[in-house]
Formats: sequence, C-alpha cells, structure tokens
Amino acid sequence: MRKEEYQKLVAEYTPKENKWKNAVVAFLVGGLVGFLGQVVVSVLQNSLGMEVMESYSWLCVILIFVASFCTALGFFDNWVSKCKAGLFLPTTGFAHSVTSAAMDYRKDGFITGLGSSFFKLAGSVILYGILSGFFLSILGVIFYG
Amino acid sequence: MASKKFNAIYIKNSFSLAGPVEKRGSIKDYDIVLDDYYYNEKTFEQAEIKMQKVVIDNLLNQSRLVNSEIDLLVGGDLSNQISISSYAASHYSIPFFGVYSACASFVQTLIAGAEYLDNKRKGNVICVTSSHNLNAEKQFRFPIEYGAPKPTTTTFTATGAVSCLLTKEETNIKIESYTIGKVIDMGCTDASHMGAVMAPAAANVIVSHLTELDRDINYYDLILTGDLGCIGSKILVEFLKQAYGIKMKQHMDAGCELYLKSQEETYAGASGPVALPLYLFNKVLKQKKKQKILLVGTGSLHNPFLVNQKLTIPAVAHAISLEVNL
Repeated sequence: MRKEEYQKLVAEYTPKENKWKNAVVAFLVGGLVGFLGQVVVSVLQNSLGMEVMESYSWLCVILIFVASFCTALGFFDNWVSKCKAGLFLPTTGFAHSVTSAAMDYRKDGFITGLGSSFFKLAGSVILYGILSGFFLSILGVIFYG
Repeated sequence: MASKKFNAIYIKNSFSLAGPVEKRGSIKDYDIVLDDYYYNEKTFEQAEIKMQKVVIDNLLNQSRLVNSEIDLLVGGDLSNQISISSYAASHYSIPFFGVYSACASFVQTLIAGAEYLDNKRKGNVICVTSSHNLNAEKQFRFPIEYGAPKPTTTTFTATGAVSCLLTKEETNIKIESYTIGKVIDMGCTDASHMGAVMAPAAANVIVSHLTELDRDINYYDLILTGDLGCIGSKILVEFLKQAYGIKMKQHMDAGCELYLKSQEETYAGASGPVALPLYLFNKVLKQKKKQKILLVGTGSLHNPFLVNQKLTIPAVAHAISLEVNL
C-alpha cells in the first residue's frame, strides 16, 4: 500500500473533531470570563472609587493570580482542555502556561530548571508580541505621524 | 530474515506495579498499586526509578533469588537516554543491558533476554520496563499542569512497572519464537495519533513472522498488540486486510483494553512500554484461556525535535510468540 493510500485509510478511521462545538464552547467561556472581568472592573470603580486605568491593572493582576493559583491547585488544566480556546485568553492562558512550566521544572534547579524553562510555552507570545508591536508602531508612525 | 525459534526458554515469575489511573481501569488485582504519582519521592523521575527497583526487588524475593544468581538484567523505558532503567540498575550488582524501541521496549527486553539464555544450560535473566504518565508528558508533550486541548486520537501513557524472570527451568509459559521488525514510515506526522503511526509496523512484523515461520494467522489463539489504542487497532485490522489480504479476528490491543470506556481522560487508550506487560501478566495469563499468544510490541520512534522539524514519524514493532501450558 502506498503512503497516500494509507493516509486515506487513517483519515477514514480518525474521528472528526467537532469544530463548531469547540468554537461555541470557546465563545461562551471566553465571553463569560470577559463578563466576569467587567463585573470586577465595575466593582473596583464604583465601590472602591478607582480610576479606569488603575482598575484595569488590578483586573489583570486578579486574573493572573486566579489562573496561576488554580493551576497550582491542579484542576485548571482540566478546565482549559475542556473549555478549548475559551480560557486561552491572553491573561489567563499566559499565566497558566508560565505557572505550569514553573511547576514542572522547579525541582531541576532555580537557574537550570525554573529560570530557563519558565517561558517555555509563553516565550513565543512574548517574542511575537514584541515583534508585532514593533512593526505596528512603525505602521502607526507612517500612517498617523 | 529476523525470526528465530527457541527450544527451552521460559517465563517463571512476574511482578507488576500500576499507577492511580490504571487502578481504576479494567484490571483490579495488580501486585502493587500507587495512590499518587510521587510514590514518596521528590520528583516523578525519581518515583519511576523507585517503581523499577520495587518490581525488581519483589521479583527477586518472590523467586527466592539474590543478585549473584541473576546473569543479566535487561531494561528499557521512555525517558531520555533510558536513564530510568540505568539508574535503577545501578542499585544491583547484575550486568545490565539497556534497550530502547519506545513502547516496543518490553518485547525487545524479552528478545534480548531470551537470546542470551539460548544455548545455555541454565541461567536467570530479569526483564524490566516502566513508564510514568507525567514523565512522558513532560518529555514528549507539554508541562504536566498545562491543559492543552487534545484530539480524541491521543493515547494516555500508562504508569507502571513490570519485571519478569526468564529461566531455562520448565514452567507453563514458554517463549517459543520471535521476529524482529523493520522500521516503517508511512508518512504520518501527527504525534498525537500514534496508533496510525504504529499500525503498519505491527502489520509488517505480523506478516513477516507468519511468513518466516510458515504459519497461518489462525495458528494463534490471540494476537496481542501493545499500545495502538482503540483507533489504531481498527486501522491495523483494516490495513492487514487491504494490504496483505489477512483477516485477523483474534486480535486484542493492550492499550485499548487497559482502561474502562468511562475513563475519558485516557482518550483512545493506554500507551507506553508497560501497557503490554501489565495487560499480559495481569489479565491474559491469569485468565488461562489462550494457549498460543503472539505479543506484538509497537513503538513510535519519534522525538519532539524531529516532530517539530515536520519529519514523518517512523515506527517499529517486534513480535514474540508465547506458548502457555494451561
């Protein structure tokens, strides 16, 4: 049997992922996190009298803490895998990726393990985040002065 | 031709240790079960080394043998540089031979051990293998606590360790023959669909075994593959039919059988070199229903770097034939 024929056979027996279902789950969960974030921001602004920018900084800190704490308690990975892309929001997803990497490598030494592997997954986000920021800011200067 | 028959090589004893997920699976009477992945050690790697030591120690006790009475220790596992087996072996004054062919390692240890014993008048060889779900996750996939969504074709690395003693003394389990398989690459690139990667290698070694020893597929009461998983098993049966015209009815896959269908976290079934011996020693041989068994260990020979470089994944399978005196 040729390789192409075999790949066809494999495709026949491979269950199809339900992409629409995944998308809907991700949309609802992601939306719910956004909604909760908005509730937190409103509480911070209205009850504690914070400025808008200050309240968003606090929201960021709260999301990072909750995601990292839940990761450390060991159940957040199940949530993330069940919610598909819904919890891969920049803040919770990023915190989850660095905390899980830190937990894996903490016993391999602070420099050789924890330090060097901390951004194992999040490194791409940082690198390409900075790069795209750089190029977008050049475009911003060209078009808007 | 890489098949060979033996006259008098037997499996005397075995000892199995299984992890927390396996404990909830289809087999309830492992010799030892773990409640947690650390096994009172600091790290998972150290836990796996301890798992191997525990199964070797218990096998020696059970067989009433001491280090000096064992001629050879053959071991294999999934860790980088098979360091788990090597570190475990450092605790014994027994000559050690480390082998690797991913999840086919257990069958490879049996072949190496039996080959050593062949043409000897007496002797004892211990074969040991292990895998640890979280060590495999860390090495081959993502950090343990990272919740990457996984496709349904993913297999779940079994946690456990199994040791067995090969001797020249007659027992009711005879190692009758073996066939060493070729490395087969059928163009699969998806490391989370290892059943598809390994099925052609399994088919190839089954066909080579039958041809070289001039046997029909129905000669065997059971063909037990290692860790193709539930999806890979179907692919194997279909591939044998389409590519070689062989109808295989008496097939079982240890990976597909080890867990219950209700254990959703295990996706398509168990993988890892320990899946095959866990199922063989604790279910198939204990049931005492099958006389002629062909074990087919299947291994996906990838490493994460080469997968990232988008190379297609090669696989190997080795077969060993057991005759059980019921």
